[in-house]
Amino acid sequence: MHSFGYRANALLTFSVTALAFICAIASFSDKFSNQNPSAEIQILNINRLKKQSYGNDEVSLTLDISADLQSLFTWNTKQVFAFVAAEYESPMNSLNQVSLWDVIIPDKEHAKFRIQTSNKYRFIDQGHNLRGKEFNLTLHWHVMPKTGKMLADKIVMPGYSLPDAYK
Amino acid sequence: MDWQGQKLAEQLMQILLLIAAVVAFVVGYTTASFRTMMLIYAGGVGVTTLITVPNWPFFNRHPLKWLEPSEAEKHPKPEVVVSSKKKSSKK
Repeated sequence: MHSFGYRANALLTFSVTALAFICAIASFSDKFSNQNPSAEIQILNINRLKKQSYGNDEVSLTLDISADLQSLFTWNTKQVFAFVAAEYESPMNSLNQVSLWDVIIPDKEHAKFRIQTSNKYRFIDQGHNLRGKEFNLTLHWHVMPKTGKMLADKIVMPGYSLPDAYK
Repeated sequence: MDWQGQKLAEQLMQILLLIAAVVAFVVGYTTASFRTMMLIYAGGVGVTTLITVPNWPFFNRHPLKWLEPSEAEKHPKPEVVVSSKKKSSKK
């Protein structure tokens, strides 16, 4: 502590260490929050089920997505990334997950929503297996904290199916 | 700074930073505002820097008494004596 530079250095390292400590406690405090998100998805219409010129099936849907993700937000949450994926099985892959729609939720006010939209991203199969296919629609979310570890979870909604013939 | 001052500076720095961290976390958690926590902590670091880093007079209240040059000249420096010791044989 005998010189200005020595004291300044000691203060800098100690303050950064203490900062890391309070950020760790802040991240840990998220464990005490009650999280009960809910969601529901309806398929309003299957617009098109067609076979592309080079052989793959493609589906265009209109979805009605309603979700309440407000309980996921704590003081340590920066944003929540949510997306809807269609999950099904095919002879080629044991699990196909196709992302249909996503959103970045910046704060608690925007976390409870209902939206009717056609699929944001194209639903294309690797092959031509979609006729009459049964699939799950899963709402995944990633909670991105201001400090700490990101956590991801999902709600699986089974029981959707596609028509038996191209239209 | 003298020795007592250095010790005081180190202790003050650690205690002030710890208090700043604790107060920042408690206020931030109860107001559910991460920004508040960061601002209070930054303020605490700034105040601690102002108090402990510059060489304030109150850190120099127990100054070391070095020997005056005029006094030192009165007493000659001790000379280093090089003597060869004879090996004493035990009887």
